Amino acid sequence: MAISNNRIIQVLQSSQVQLLADWIKALRATATSQAAAVIGDAELQAQCQEFISLLSAAVAGGNFDNLVEEPWRPVKEFLAGVSRSRSRQGFSPSETAMFVFSFKEPLFANLRRAFDAHDDAQLLGEMWGCLRALDKLGLYTTEIHQQAREELIRLQGEEMLELSTPVIQLWDGILALPLIGTLDSSRTQIVMEALLQQIVATRSPIAILDITGVPTVDTLTAQHLLKTVAATRLMGAECIISGIRPQIAQTIVHLGVSLGDIVTKASLADAFRIALKKLGHSIPVS
Amino acid sequence: MDRIPILQMARTLLVTVQVDMHDQLAVRLLDDLTTMITKTRARGVVIDISALDMVDSFIGRMIADVAATSRILDAQTVLVGMQPAVAITLVELGMALPGVRTALDVERGMEMLDDHGDH
Repeated sequence: MAISNNRIIQVLQSSQVQLLADWIKALRATATSQAAAVIGDAELQAQCQEFISLLSAAVAGGNFDNLVEEPWRPVKEFLAGVSRSRSRQGFSPSETAMFVFSFKEPLFANLRRAFDAHDDAQLLGEMWGCLRALDKLGLYTTEIHQQAREELIRLQGEEMLELSTPVIQLWDGILALPLIGTLDSSRTQIVMEALLQQIVATRSPIAILDITGVPTVDTLTAQHLLKTVAATRLMGAECIISGIRPQIAQTIVHLGVSLGDIVTKASLADAFRIALKKLGHSIPVS
Repeated sequence: MDRIPILQMARTLLVTVQVDMHDQLAVRLLDDLTTMITKTRARGVVIDISALDMVDSFIGRMIADVAATSRILDAQTVLVGMQPAVAITLVELGMALPGVRTALDVERGMEMLDDHGDH
Protein backbone atom coordinates (compact mmCIF):
# COMPACT_ATOMS: atom_id res chain seq x y z
CA MET A 1 0.00 0.00 0.00
CA ALA A 2 1.45 3.30 -1.06
CA ILE A 3 1.00 5.90 1.62
CA SER A 4 1.08 9.49 0.59
CA ASN A 5 3.19 11.31 3.08
CA ASN A 6 1.80 14.76 2.45
CA ARG A 7 1.07 15.53 6.09
CA ILE A 8 4.62 14.88 7.20
CA ILE A 9 5.92 16.93 4.28
CA GLN A 10 3.52 19.68 5.20
CA VAL A 11 4.77 19.74 8.78
CA LEU A 12 8.42 19.49 7.74
CA GLN A 13 8.03 22.48 5.48
CA SER A 14 5.53 24.70 7.27
CA SER A 15 6.75 24.47 10.87
CA GLN A 16 10.44 24.27 10.12
CA VAL A 17 11.38 27.01 12.56
CA GLN A 18 9.44 25.48 15.41
CA LEU A 19 10.83 21.99 14.61
CA LEU A 20 14.35 23.29 14.57
CA ALA A 21 14.02 25.03 17.92
CA ASP A 22 12.43 22.00 19.58
CA TRP A 23 14.95 19.63 18.12
CA ILE A 24 17.99 21.62 19.22
CA LYS A 25 16.53 21.83 22.72
CA ALA A 26 16.08 18.05 22.76
CA LEU A 27 19.61 17.51 21.46
CA ARG A 28 21.08 19.76 24.14
CA ALA A 29 19.13 17.90 26.81
CA THR A 30 20.51 14.51 25.79
CA ALA A 31 24.14 15.62 25.56
CA THR A 32 26.12 13.85 28.25
CA SER A 33 29.76 13.97 27.21
CA GLN A 34 32.08 16.94 27.16
CA ALA A 35 32.33 16.93 23.37
CA ALA A 36 28.56 16.90 22.87
CA ALA A 37 28.15 19.78 25.30
CA VAL A 38 30.64 22.08 23.63
CA ILE A 39 29.51 21.76 20.00
CA GLY A 40 28.85 25.23 18.62
CA ASP A 41 25.31 26.57 18.24
CA ALA A 42 25.93 27.67 14.68
CA GLU A 43 27.31 24.28 13.68
CA LEU A 44 24.47 22.38 15.31
CA GLN A 45 21.83 24.62 13.81
CA ALA A 46 23.32 24.30 10.33
CA GLN A 47 23.44 20.51 10.63
CA CYS A 48 19.86 20.28 11.88
CA GLN A 49 18.55 22.62 9.22
CA GLU A 50 20.23 20.70 6.44
CA PHE A 51 18.91 17.40 7.77
CA ILE A 52 15.36 18.70 7.86
CA SER A 53 15.49 20.03 4.33
CA LEU A 54 17.13 16.86 2.98
CA LEU A 55 14.61 14.74 4.86
CA SER A 56 11.62 16.58 3.48
CA ALA A 57 13.00 16.21 -0.04
CA ALA A 58 13.47 12.47 0.51
CA VAL A 59 10.03 12.02 2.08
CA ALA A 60 8.48 13.78 -0.89
CA GLY A 61 10.30 11.61 -3.39
CA GLY A 62 10.19 8.13 -1.95
CA ASN A 63 8.60 5.67 0.39
CA PHE A 64 9.78 4.81 3.89
CA ASP A 65 10.40 1.13 3.30
CA ASN A 66 13.34 1.22 0.98
CA LEU A 67 16.05 3.63 2.12
CA VAL A 68 18.50 2.38 -0.48
CA GLU A 69 16.70 4.15 -3.29
CA GLU A 70 17.76 7.39 -4.88
CA PRO A 71 15.77 10.02 -2.91
CA TRP A 72 17.36 8.84 0.34
CA ARG A 73 20.93 8.91 -0.89
CA PRO A 74 21.64 12.59 -0.07
CA VAL A 75 20.21 12.09 3.44
CA LYS A 76 22.47 9.13 4.06
CA GLU A 77 25.51 10.90 2.65
CA PHE A 78 24.85 13.88 4.87
CA LEU A 79 24.42 11.65 7.93
CA ALA A 80 27.62 9.78 7.12
CA GLY A 81 29.50 13.10 7.06
CA VAL A 82 27.98 14.19 10.38
CA SER A 83 28.72 10.81 11.92
CA ARG A 84 32.35 10.86 10.83
CA SER A 85 32.98 14.36 12.11
CA ARG A 86 31.31 13.51 15.45
CA SER A 87 33.36 10.38 15.87
CA ARG A 88 36.47 12.53 15.41
CA GLN A 89 35.17 15.10 17.89
CA GLY A 90 34.81 12.39 20.53
CA PHE A 91 31.04 11.83 20.58
CA SER A 92 29.92 8.47 21.91
CA PRO A 93 28.06 6.15 19.49
CA SER A 94 24.74 6.64 21.30
CA GLU A 95 25.12 10.42 21.22
CA THR A 96 25.75 10.23 17.50
CA ALA A 97 22.64 8.12 17.01
CA MET A 98 20.67 10.49 19.23
CA PHE A 99 21.13 13.14 16.58
CA VAL A 100 18.53 11.27 14.53
CA PHE A 101 16.46 9.70 17.32
CA SER A 102 15.90 12.98 19.14
CA PHE A 103 14.22 14.33 16.00
CA LYS A 104 11.20 12.06 16.59
CA GLU A 105 9.86 13.95 19.56
CA PRO A 106 9.67 17.42 18.00
CA LEU A 107 8.38 15.94 14.74
CA PHE A 108 5.50 14.12 16.40
CA ALA A 109 4.71 17.00 18.69
CA ASN A 110 4.39 19.26 15.69
CA LEU A 111 2.35 16.69 13.76
CA ARG A 112 -0.08 16.45 16.65
CA ARG A 113 -0.35 20.19 16.89
CA ALA A 114 -1.03 20.58 13.16
CA PHE A 115 -3.60 17.79 12.77
CA ASP A 116 -5.26 17.75 16.15
CA ALA A 117 -8.78 18.03 14.79
CA HIS A 118 -8.84 14.96 12.57
CA ASP A 119 -6.87 12.27 14.33
CA ASP A 120 -7.38 9.51 11.81
CA ALA A 121 -5.77 6.22 10.86
CA GLN A 122 -3.90 7.65 7.93
CA LEU A 123 -1.89 9.97 10.17
CA LEU A 124 -1.00 6.98 12.30
CA GLY A 125 0.17 5.11 9.22
CA GLU A 126 2.33 7.98 8.13
CA MET A 127 3.82 8.32 11.59
CA TRP A 128 4.59 4.63 11.76
CA GLY A 129 6.38 4.71 8.42
CA CYS A 130 8.33 7.78 9.39
CA LEU A 131 9.30 6.18 12.70
CA ARG A 132 10.78 3.17 10.95
CA ALA A 133 12.71 5.33 8.53
CA LEU A 134 14.16 7.43 11.35
CA ASP A 135 15.16 4.28 13.24
CA LYS A 136 16.97 2.97 10.21
CA LEU A 137 18.75 6.27 9.73
CA GLY A 138 19.74 6.26 13.41
CA LEU A 139 21.26 2.80 13.10
CA TYR A 140 23.00 3.88 9.95
CA THR A 141 24.74 6.75 11.79
CA THR A 142 25.91 4.32 14.49
CA GLU A 143 27.32 2.05 11.83
CA ILE A 144 29.24 4.90 10.17
CA HIS A 145 30.43 6.07 13.59
CA GLN A 146 31.83 2.61 14.22
CA GLN A 147 33.48 2.50 10.79
CA ALA A 148 35.15 5.86 11.37
CA ARG A 149 36.48 4.63 14.72
CA GLU A 150 37.88 1.44 13.22
CA GLU A 151 39.57 3.39 10.46
CA LEU A 152 41.16 5.65 13.07
CA ILE A 153 42.46 2.66 15.00
CA ARG A 154 43.93 1.13 11.86
CA LEU A 155 45.66 4.38 10.92
CA GLN A 156 47.07 4.77 14.41
CA GLY A 157 48.38 1.22 14.32
CA GLU A 158 50.18 1.95 11.07
CA GLU A 159 51.57 5.18 12.43
CA MET A 160 52.85 3.43 15.52
CA LEU A 161 54.61 0.88 13.36
CA GLU A 162 56.38 3.67 11.50
CA LEU A 163 57.19 5.68 14.59
CA SER A 164 58.56 2.71 16.42
CA THR A 165 61.45 2.04 14.06
CA PRO A 166 63.70 5.08 14.03
CA VAL A 167 67.22 4.35 12.84
CA ILE A 168 69.60 6.82 14.46
CA GLN A 169 73.08 7.67 13.34
CA LEU A 170 75.15 7.88 16.53
CA TRP A 171 78.48 8.57 14.90
CA ASP A 172 80.05 8.55 11.50
CA GLY A 173 79.67 4.87 10.64
CA ILE A 174 77.64 3.82 13.69
CA LEU A 175 73.87 3.31 13.52
CA ALA A 176 71.60 2.59 16.47
CA LEU A 177 68.13 1.09 16.41
CA PRO A 178 66.33 1.34 19.75
CA LEU A 179 63.54 -1.23 19.73
CA ILE A 180 60.49 -0.54 21.87
CA GLY A 181 57.55 -2.91 22.28
CA THR A 182 56.89 -6.47 21.27
CA LEU A 183 58.74 -7.83 18.27
CA ASP A 184 56.45 -9.81 15.98
CA SER A 185 57.09 -11.01 12.46
CA SER A 186 55.63 -8.02 10.61
CA ARG A 187 57.46 -5.55 12.82
CA THR A 188 60.75 -7.38 12.54
CA GLN A 189 60.39 -7.22 8.78
CA ILE A 190 59.94 -3.44 8.89
CA VAL A 191 62.76 -3.00 11.41
CA MET A 192 65.08 -5.14 9.35
CA GLU A 193 64.32 -3.30 6.12
CA ALA A 194 64.71 0.13 7.75
CA LEU A 195 68.03 -0.84 9.26
CA LEU A 196 69.44 -2.38 6.08
CA GLN A 197 68.33 0.61 3.98
CA GLN A 198 70.08 2.95 6.38
CA ILE A 199 73.23 0.84 6.34
CA VAL A 200 73.38 1.24 2.57
CA ALA A 201 72.47 4.95 2.68
CA THR A 202 75.01 5.91 5.34
CA ARG A 203 77.59 3.21 4.55
CA SER A 204 77.85 2.39 8.22
CA PRO A 205 79.86 -0.71 9.10
CA ILE A 206 78.42 -1.01 12.62
CA ALA A 207 74.80 -1.21 13.78
CA ILE A 208 73.64 -1.38 17.40
CA LEU A 209 70.32 -3.10 18.12
CA ASP A 210 69.14 -1.88 21.51
CA ILE A 211 66.42 -4.06 23.04
CA THR A 212 66.03 -2.20 26.36
CA GLY A 213 62.40 -1.46 25.44
CA VAL A 214 61.49 -5.00 24.44
CA PRO A 215 59.42 -6.36 27.34
CA THR A 216 59.84 -10.09 26.76
CA VAL A 217 61.92 -12.31 24.56
CA ASP A 218 60.63 -15.69 23.45
CA THR A 219 62.07 -18.12 20.93
CA LEU A 220 60.32 -16.34 18.07
CA THR A 221 61.65 -12.92 19.06
CA ALA A 222 65.14 -14.35 19.46
CA GLN A 223 64.79 -15.93 16.03
CA HIS A 224 63.82 -12.55 14.57
CA LEU A 225 66.81 -10.89 16.21
CA LEU A 226 69.15 -13.55 14.85
CA LYS A 227 67.73 -13.07 11.35
CA THR A 228 68.29 -9.32 11.51
CA VAL A 229 71.86 -9.84 12.68
CA ALA A 230 72.52 -12.39 9.92
CA ALA A 231 71.15 -10.08 7.23
CA THR A 232 73.26 -7.21 8.54
CA ARG A 233 76.35 -9.38 8.40
CA LEU A 234 75.58 -10.41 4.81
CA MET A 235 75.50 -6.74 3.85
CA GLY A 236 79.00 -6.39 5.22
CA ALA A 237 78.18 -4.60 8.45
CA GLU A 238 78.48 -5.78 12.02
CA CYS A 239 75.65 -5.93 14.52
CA ILE A 240 75.89 -5.44 18.27
CA ILE A 241 72.93 -6.25 20.52
CA SER A 242 72.66 -4.13 23.64
CA GLY A 243 70.24 -3.49 26.47
CA ILE A 244 69.68 -7.13 27.45
CA ARG A 245 68.10 -7.07 30.89
CA PRO A 246 68.95 -9.74 33.49
CA GLN A 247 65.59 -11.51 33.18
CA ILE A 248 65.86 -11.55 29.41
CA ALA A 249 69.38 -12.96 29.57
CA GLN A 250 68.05 -15.72 31.83
CA THR A 251 65.14 -16.41 29.49
CA ILE A 252 67.44 -16.64 26.48
CA VAL A 253 69.64 -19.19 28.25
CA HIS A 254 66.63 -21.16 29.55
CA LEU A 255 65.14 -21.30 26.07
CA GLY A 256 68.40 -22.73 24.79
CA VAL A 257 68.71 -20.05 22.13
CA SER A 258 72.28 -19.65 21.01
CA LEU A 259 73.21 -16.12 20.06
CA GLY A 260 76.31 -17.59 18.44
CA ASP A 261 79.18 -15.20 18.01
CA ILE A 262 77.00 -12.07 18.14
CA VAL A 263 78.51 -9.33 20.27
CA THR A 264 76.17 -8.50 23.15
CA LYS A 265 76.57 -5.63 25.61
CA ALA A 266 74.61 -4.72 28.72
CA SER A 267 73.97 -1.09 27.86
CA LEU A 268 73.85 1.09 24.78
CA ALA A 269 76.78 3.07 26.23
CA ASP A 270 78.96 -0.05 26.33
CA ALA A 271 77.93 -0.99 22.82
CA PHE A 272 78.74 2.53 21.59
CA ARG A 273 82.14 2.37 23.28
CA ILE A 274 83.05 -0.94 21.62
CA ALA A 275 81.74 0.34 18.28
CA LEU A 276 83.99 3.42 18.47
CA LYS A 277 86.92 1.22 19.39
CA LYS A 278 86.28 -1.02 16.38
CA LEU A 279 86.32 2.01 14.10
CA GLY A 280 89.71 2.97 15.52
CA HIS A 281 88.65 5.95 17.63
CA SER A 282 90.32 6.25 21.01
CA ILE A 283 88.07 6.82 24.01
CA PRO A 284 89.27 8.06 27.39
CA VAL A 285 88.78 5.48 30.13
CA SER A 286 86.08 6.57 32.52
CA MET B 1 77.43 -16.74 -24.46
CA ASP B 2 78.16 -13.88 -22.12
CA ARG B 3 80.37 -14.31 -19.13
CA ILE B 4 81.18 -12.31 -16.05
CA PRO B 5 84.52 -10.48 -16.38
CA ILE B 6 87.24 -11.08 -13.81
CA LEU B 7 89.71 -8.21 -13.37
CA GLN B 8 93.17 -8.67 -11.95
CA MET B 9 94.60 -5.97 -9.67
CA ALA B 10 98.06 -7.02 -8.50
CA ARG B 11 97.37 -10.23 -6.58
CA THR B 12 93.71 -9.55 -6.10
CA LEU B 13 90.88 -10.57 -8.42
CA LEU B 14 87.85 -8.35 -8.75
CA VAL B 15 84.59 -9.89 -9.94
CA THR B 16 81.76 -7.45 -10.62
CA VAL B 17 78.38 -8.97 -11.28
CA GLN B 18 76.65 -6.44 -13.53
CA VAL B 19 73.95 -8.58 -15.11
CA ASP B 20 71.18 -10.79 -13.83
CA MET B 21 72.83 -13.90 -12.58
CA HIS B 22 71.32 -16.97 -14.18
CA ASP B 23 72.28 -20.48 -13.28
CA GLN B 24 74.62 -21.20 -16.17
CA LEU B 25 76.40 -17.90 -15.73
CA ALA B 26 77.04 -18.74 -12.08
CA VAL B 27 78.46 -22.18 -12.92
CA ARG B 28 80.68 -20.62 -15.57
CA LEU B 29 81.87 -17.97 -13.11
CA LEU B 30 82.95 -20.67 -10.66
CA ASP B 31 84.95 -22.37 -13.45
CA ASP B 32 86.57 -19.16 -14.69
CA LEU B 33 87.41 -17.92 -11.22
CA THR B 34 89.15 -21.09 -10.06
CA THR B 35 91.16 -21.15 -13.27
CA MET B 36 92.14 -17.50 -12.82
CA ILE B 37 93.16 -17.99 -9.18
CA THR B 38 95.55 -20.79 -10.02
CA LYS B 39 96.88 -19.01 -13.10
CA THR B 40 97.55 -15.66 -11.41
CA ARG B 41 98.33 -17.07 -7.95
CA ALA B 42 95.89 -14.52 -6.53
CA ARG B 43 95.75 -14.06 -2.75
CA GLY B 44 92.39 -12.37 -2.58
CA VAL B 45 89.06 -12.31 -4.41
CA VAL B 46 86.55 -9.48 -4.11
CA ILE B 47 83.07 -10.28 -5.43
CA ASP B 48 80.92 -7.20 -5.93
CA ILE B 49 77.23 -8.05 -6.10
CA SER B 50 75.87 -4.53 -5.61
CA ALA B 51 74.08 -4.69 -8.98
CA LEU B 52 72.41 -7.97 -8.11
CA ASP B 53 68.87 -7.35 -6.91
CA MET B 54 67.45 -10.87 -6.99
CA VAL B 55 68.71 -14.21 -5.76
CA ASP B 56 67.34 -17.73 -5.43
CA SER B 57 68.64 -20.64 -3.42
CA PHE B 58 70.79 -21.87 -6.32
CA ILE B 59 72.59 -18.54 -6.76
CA GLY B 60 72.96 -18.36 -2.99
CA ARG B 61 74.66 -21.73 -2.98
CA MET B 62 76.90 -20.77 -5.90
CA ILE B 63 78.07 -17.70 -3.97
CA ALA B 64 78.89 -19.89 -0.99
CA ASP B 65 80.64 -22.39 -3.29
CA VAL B 66 82.75 -19.70 -4.94
CA ALA B 67 83.90 -18.50 -1.52
CA ALA B 68 84.66 -22.01 -0.27
CA THR B 69 86.54 -23.00 -3.44
CA SER B 70 88.68 -19.86 -3.39
CA ARG B 71 89.57 -20.49 0.23
CA ILE B 72 90.78 -23.98 -0.63
CA LEU B 73 92.95 -22.44 -3.36
CA ASP B 74 94.42 -20.16 -0.66
CA ALA B 75 92.69 -16.95 -1.73
CA GLN B 76 90.67 -14.92 0.76
CA THR B 77 87.20 -14.08 -0.52
CA VAL B 78 85.22 -11.01 0.42
CA LEU B 79 81.61 -10.55 -0.71
CA VAL B 80 80.78 -6.86 -1.03
CA GLY B 81 77.80 -4.61 -1.65
CA MET B 82 74.90 -6.96 -1.04
CA GLN B 83 71.54 -5.25 -1.40
CA PRO B 84 69.11 -5.26 1.56
CA ALA B 85 66.49 -7.24 -0.37
CA VAL B 86 69.08 -9.87 -1.30
CA ALA B 87 70.30 -10.14 2.30
CA ILE B 88 66.75 -10.59 3.61
CA THR B 89 66.00 -13.22 0.95
CA LEU B 90 69.11 -15.23 1.75
CA VAL B 91 68.37 -15.12 5.49
CA GLU B 92 64.76 -16.19 4.90
CA LEU B 93 66.06 -19.04 2.73
CA GLY B 94 68.20 -20.11 5.67
CA MET B 95 71.46 -19.35 3.86
CA ALA B 96 73.32 -17.00 6.17
CA LEU B 97 76.58 -17.93 4.34
CA PRO B 98 78.66 -18.67 7.43
CA GLY B 99 82.36 -18.44 6.79
CA VAL B 100 81.99 -15.92 3.96
CA ARG B 101 83.50 -12.55 4.78
CA THR B 102 81.48 -9.51 3.83
CA ALA B 103 82.04 -5.77 3.43
CA LEU B 104 79.92 -2.78 2.56
CA ASP B 105 81.71 -1.79 -0.66
CA VAL B 106 84.67 -2.68 -2.87
CA GLU B 107 86.96 -0.18 -1.12
CA ARG B 108 86.37 -1.71 2.30
CA GLY B 109 86.62 -5.20 0.84
CA MET B 110 90.07 -4.36 -0.56
CA GLU B 111 91.11 -2.90 2.80
CA MET B 112 90.03 -6.10 4.50
CA LEU B 113 92.27 -8.12 2.18
CA ASP B 114 95.20 -5.73 2.71
CA ASP B 115 94.91 -6.08 6.47
CA HIS B 116 95.02 -9.81 6.07
CA GLY B 117 97.87 -9.78 3.58
CA ASP B 118 100.21 -7.89 5.90
CA HIS B 119 100.49 -10.73 8.33
